[in-house]
Amino acid sequence: MPPVAEGTVADRRTILDAEQMQRVVRRMAGEIVDRNGGVEDLMFIGIRTRGVPLAESLAREIREMEGADIPRGVLDINLYRDDLSTVARYPVVKETRLPGTLDDRIVVLCDDVLFTGRTIRAALDALVDYGRPRSVRLAVLIDRGLRELPIQPDIVGRTVETARDELVEVRFAQTDGEDGVEVIPHDGSAAGPAAGAAEGD
Amino acid sequence: MRLLVRGGRLVDPTQDLDGPFDLLVEDGVVAAIDGRIDAAGATVRDADGLVVTPGWIDMHVHLREPGQEYKETVKSGTLAAAAGGFTAVACMANTVPVNDNPSVTEHILKEAARHGFARVYPIGAASKGQRGEELAEIGEMVAAGVVAVSDDGYPVANPALMRRVLEYARHFDVPVIQHAQDLELTAGGVMHEGEWSTRLGLPGWPGAGEDIIVARDVLLAEDYGGRYHVAHLSTARALGLVRRAKEQGLAVTCEVTPHHLLLTDELIATSEFSPNAKMNPPLRGESDRRALLAGLADGTVDAIASDHAPHHPDEKDVEFSLAPFGVIGLETNLGLCYDRLVRSGILTLPRLVELFSSGPARLLGVPGGTLRVGAVADVTLFDPDAELTVEPAAFRSKSRNTPFAGWTVRGRAVGTIVGGRPVELPAG
Amino acid sequence: MTADAQWSRKDLLGIADLSAGEIGAILDTAESFREVSARPIKKVPTLRGKTVVNLFFEPSTRTRSSFEIAQKRLSADNINFSISDSALSKGESLVDTALNLQAMQPDLIVIRHAHAGAPQMLARRLQAGVINAGDGAHEHPTQALLDALTIRQHKGTLAGLKVAIVGDIEHSRVVRSNIHLLTRMGSEVTVAGPRTMMPVGMDKLGARVAYDLEEAIAGADVIMMLRIQLERQTRMLFPSIREYFLLFGLTLARLAAAREDAIILHPGPMNRGVEIASEVADGERSVILEQVANGVAVRMAVMYLLSGAQRGAA
Repeated sequence: MPPVAEGTVADRRTILDAEQMQRVVRRMAGEIVDRNGGVEDLMFIGIRTRGVPLAESLAREIREMEGADIPRGVLDINLYRDDLSTVARYPVVKETRLPGTLDDRIVVLCDDVLFTGRTIRAALDALVDYGRPRSVRLAVLIDRGLRELPIQPDIVGRTVETARDELVEVRFAQTDGEDGVEVIPHDGSAAGPAAGAAEGD
Repeated sequence: MRLLVRGGRLVDPTQDLDGPFDLLVEDGVVAAIDGRIDAAGATVRDADGLVVTPGWIDMHVHLREPGQEYKETVKSGTLAAAAGGFTAVACMANTVPVNDNPSVTEHILKEAARHGFARVYPIGAASKGQRGEELAEIGEMVAAGVVAVSDDGYPVANPALMRRVLEYARHFDVPVIQHAQDLELTAGGVMHEGEWSTRLGLPGWPGAGEDIIVARDVLLAEDYGGRYHVAHLSTARALGLVRRAKEQGLAVTCEVTPHHLLLTDELIATSEFSPNAKMNPPLRGESDRRALLAGLADGTVDAIASDHAPHHPDEKDVEFSLAPFGVIGLETNLGLCYDRLVRSGILTLPRLVELFSSGPARLLGVPGGTLRVGAVADVTLFDPDAELTVEPAAFRSKSRNTPFAGWTVRGRAVGTIVGGRPVELPAG
Repeated sequence: MTADAQWSRKDLLGIADLSAGEIGAILDTAESFREVSARPIKKVPTLRGKTVVNLFFEPSTRTRSSFEIAQKRLSADNINFSISDSALSKGESLVDTALNLQAMQPDLIVIRHAHAGAPQMLARRLQAGVINAGDGAHEHPTQALLDALTIRQHKGTLAGLKVAIVGDIEHSRVVRSNIHLLTRMGSEVTVAGPRTMMPVGMDKLGARVAYDLEEAIAGADVIMMLRIQLERQTRMLFPSIREYFLLFGLTLARLAAAREDAIILHPGPMNRGVEIASEVADGERSVILEQVANGVAVRMAVMYLLSGAQRGAA
């Protein structure tokens, strides 16, 4: 079971339950294949931390639908963050692992929540250091709005209106024991250990 | 002039005195000691709550004059001495030029007479220029006023020369003070060779470098006589050699420093390479330190001396290996030793007084060291309960290089009397 | 456990004071940074706008190059001062040099100095973070970290390993940092060399002391050979290169005493035929060139962590 943030159940809004989430992911996978006209040259790159299980889930759906195995990578964007000069302590840097060259691939950047857009900005900067993809698309499970940069997703699981101080908590069966998305009000979430993973940006 | 020191605890080991006694001083000498003295017309110095002892003598001080007046002068050094409770200091010969001839000796004595806040006993070089080659003019210097000979700062390394110095100094009955260091064995060494030098990667100065010279010199003293004194003795084994020489009846003596009694080589690590933890001989290990403490108590050690070695902050504030050796001690000796040796129960107060007064007086053959009636009236007064916090910025010395900065101890000099006159310190 | 929780120091002066958690934080971070050097574009913008001064009072080609590459790959601006062009040769004191540098407001200072304790001196006076790149025979923390990273990559862990370090123990800063690091992480360290180069009290640092090469490397998982300074011969420490190699040189035949999968490290630069035979240095168990590659990753990690801690402290 994922750690449950403080606050009563009533404080939380469930956006997707497990079943809904699986359906949404399946739909997103289909959209990716449709828009690409197949699986040719696709590569999924999950942004640490919860972009990674999203990329895995999308790849699993495509394997079931198309029988094709999409190469997958993991991207740590911490070295590219634009807030290093303002954070109290530098974040823990983890490895970036790509399945091969990006040149001429159609890269689908995957992240759980799209918020300010700054993570995606950093991810795009990182990607160009690895190669020159033919195109880059952005797939997010939740678009919670409140962008600070001109960045828009190509494939969206669900668009949700949120307040800036709310948290969106995304859980994946692979990493958190069950699938699901909840919005947690600010006061109820501060102490939630899983909350950090739900920031999106 | 008549001066009555009234109401103190008078401690004079030369007379087995320790108790509430008044002290009357007249014409520069001790006139009377009694439970209660009424001396009409005498100036009264109230010593209520104070300890009154024979004047303290630091027999190993570097006054740096002539030649290095930016580090210390006769004036600033004796001022520091007086502020620290000392009525006399013996100053080493490694000045610029070296005190290896009567003109330098006379210069020092003249400065002392003009500006001195304490008596100054110059020590002459053992060899010309302290070069360890030829005998210095010991006879002429003794006539001019030196009380001992030493190449301190350097050892008398050549055994043939050491033999001659011992023999020749006998003519004048002055002690030969040896800075015991084998220069080859300690070449490059900047701290005691042991666990801490290994941890810190600093070149070691092994204890054997001291012991070998003491052993050699004791053998020479056995064959050729002379009064042999080991300066700043720092190892258990050298102390054992001195103990055995004494048992043999040789005129072998030694002094130890407060820093070797209170600190160990670990300080270089805990102070993160502070150059103020660097001196020569170096701070030793705990077993050596304990042996020195035992040597104080059992009588093997004859005197405590500071090896007051002033250096300018610019010289000290460099890489540990490059910093000059030496720390100062005149203004901290009394409080540190009283607090850490007497209060802590290692020594009795009379024994400490002996180590700082009659011990060095006897060694150097100088007046003082006792308050017997008729003796020169050199007196130290200190408050055993007053707190002393070591603040280098407030030192009277020109230098600041102490490893004890920030220590708070109880025991603080409150005044000295030299030749019957209270020493007045300028404000500051 | 995160580096957030494990790293709050402004300086890296030595390994002696580091906890196992701190060492782990650096090694884990270094592992992540290894990947940067494998990319076509070997540069990340992380330390953009940071100024790093490399202050080398002792000649060093490889450590300085390694730091420089690490700085460039992190996009830091770097400036090199070396003994030949520094004011020190004009008689300026280290303190004055330091204060002058501080006035230029660098973020980090990397210092290599012939005298133990020089980095501590700088760190006491400077706001900038100080990284010890080797001080006398005291410490060389980034070398020990890169050694540990290399060992961990081959052995999976540091705990329970038998590590032999052979050579001039007395004059080696690499040995001291390695003993602190490896024993703290659970390795068993044996040091070996002629008695003339074995300082007193070595056992108190937590290492076993041996005076025989075979005994030292018996059953070892890791063997680290140290460079012999040829000039020591004139200081009565060993009679000749020939005799040293006979007694303490690592040859293929001798290597048989170690475990079959033992790896060989050397901090460099090597004296072939003095402390190590060429067939060992170039053999399949040698990981000497991997050490060099790991050096860049470790130094990137250290500069990253110190930069972050500095900001945290500000």
